[in-house]
Amino acid sequence: MLEFQNVSFQYAQDKQEMMKDFNFSVDKGDFISIIGKSGCGKSTIFRLINGLESPQKGQILIDGKPIQQIKQYSAFMPQKDLLFPWNTIEKNICLPMELQKVPKKEQQKKCYEVLKEIGLLEYAHKYPKELSGGMKQRISFARTLLAGAEMLLLDEPFSALDYLTRVDMQEWLLQQWLHFHKTILFITHDVEEAIFLSKFVFIIKDSPFCCMEKIEVPLQYPRKREDLKRTEIVELKEQLIKKLRQ
Amino acid sequence: MKKNMPALALGIFLVLLWQFIAMGIDAAYILPSPLQILVKLWQLKEILLLVHLPATMGVTFLGLLISVVLGVFLSVIMDSNKNIENALYPIIIASQTIPTTAIAPLFVLWFGYSIWSKVLVTILITFFPIAITVYDGLKSTKREMEELLITYGANKKDIFIKLKFPTALPYFFSAIKMAIPMSIIGAAIAEWLGAQSGLGYFSKRMMTQLDGAGVFAPVVLLSFVAMISVAIINMIEKKLITWRKEI
Repeated sequence: MLEFQNVSFQYAQDKQEMMKDFNFSVDKGDFISIIGKSGCGKSTIFRLINGLESPQKGQILIDGKPIQQIKQYSAFMPQKDLLFPWNTIEKNICLPMELQKVPKKEQQKKCYEVLKEIGLLEYAHKYPKELSGGMKQRISFARTLLAGAEMLLLDEPFSALDYLTRVDMQEWLLQQWLHFHKTILFITHDVEEAIFLSKFVFIIKDSPFCCMEKIEVPLQYPRKREDLKRTEIVELKEQLIKKLRQ
Repeated sequence: MKKNMPALALGIFLVLLWQFIAMGIDAAYILPSPLQILVKLWQLKEILLLVHLPATMGVTFLGLLISVVLGVFLSVIMDSNKNIENALYPIIIASQTIPTTAIAPLFVLWFGYSIWSKVLVTILITFFPIAITVYDGLKSTKREMEELLITYGANKKDIFIKLKFPTALPYFFSAIKMAIPMSIIGAAIAEWLGAQSGLGYFSKRMMTQLDGAGVFAPVVLLSFVAMISVAIINMIEKKLITWRKEI
């Protein structure tokens, strides 16, 4: 579905390139995680996919077409919920559809469907300040879902949450992925989170990087938290931490 | 209410202190007592409320209205274009170094004793806080929110309507609350310099007659109007802006 072909990119203020002739691909419907040290370029990959930055060399393709030629191919969910405090939950969720000029009735229908799906239907007319951190992240996810894209880019969406809420949200996200069949790219610092959620974990090791090491997680879906205690998973976790420290 | 008690108590104490000092000095043309001012206010109520207050309020309202339109317009165009910002911002700042009261007589030369000389003084005093505060509000928009909207396909107009306008709205209300007393001061100063009616003009006339209480009475009335106006804006703001603390 997504393909980076020999992409090179450097921020204007940086002395060296962040990525050089970078190649990377993701298949439709996969859940993949990208891990790496802070500042290694994980979020830059998302900014390039989003079109917020443009590569100096190479191209990014979605289903074989350059991203410049297509619209609404990806939806981004940032670390903070970024809900607009002046809008109700319903208006927040409908925002991407409103900008895409989706008819009002259809916006409302989709909004209520997704709110029902995530168990927050009764909060439609409330404001973000009336919700807990976990609830806000669910709403932010719902808004990302309704942006109408096949590919979701989630940039450390649970990092600001407390441990228990984070664990709940990870399990919830897996359920949502299995239900909506979207392609998910997930950035995280948490190796355990990456293993629990993804089919493949990609590691950025070099600077500048030209590729990422791809590691398959030997677990079937649906997954349970107890799966993380299995010997091969514990070993994989140790192995990933070691690779990150190199 | 409990929160306002210390201010109320201090206010009452200061007024009482003023009353006693004025009674001690016993020279109303130098320092009239609060009670003498209230009596004067009552005696002059008709001319103050029906003739001079409407004249001053006309100048204030017109000056404030033009300042709001001008200030908001300047802040929006500065925010939308870096070149315009670079061209206008230093001039707006420099405009504040002009001693308005010193050049106000020039406006009387240009516009005579018409309302426009006074409105111009009011605008010069008022438009600056509005332009700069609203501009700061527009600039305070979170970059990450703007980028999120761009990823949803928003254009400049969408970003303004969906994000910049609501972000700048609390700043706009702060600007208005600052501008109301300033516009009243501006109108009164302009009336001192040249007018045929208005509370500033009336206050100056009383001064020439050595009527201390008569000088203070319009000032008290102006302060009262400013306080009421700011209180009304506060109420509207509380009703409309519920997200001030969350930006």
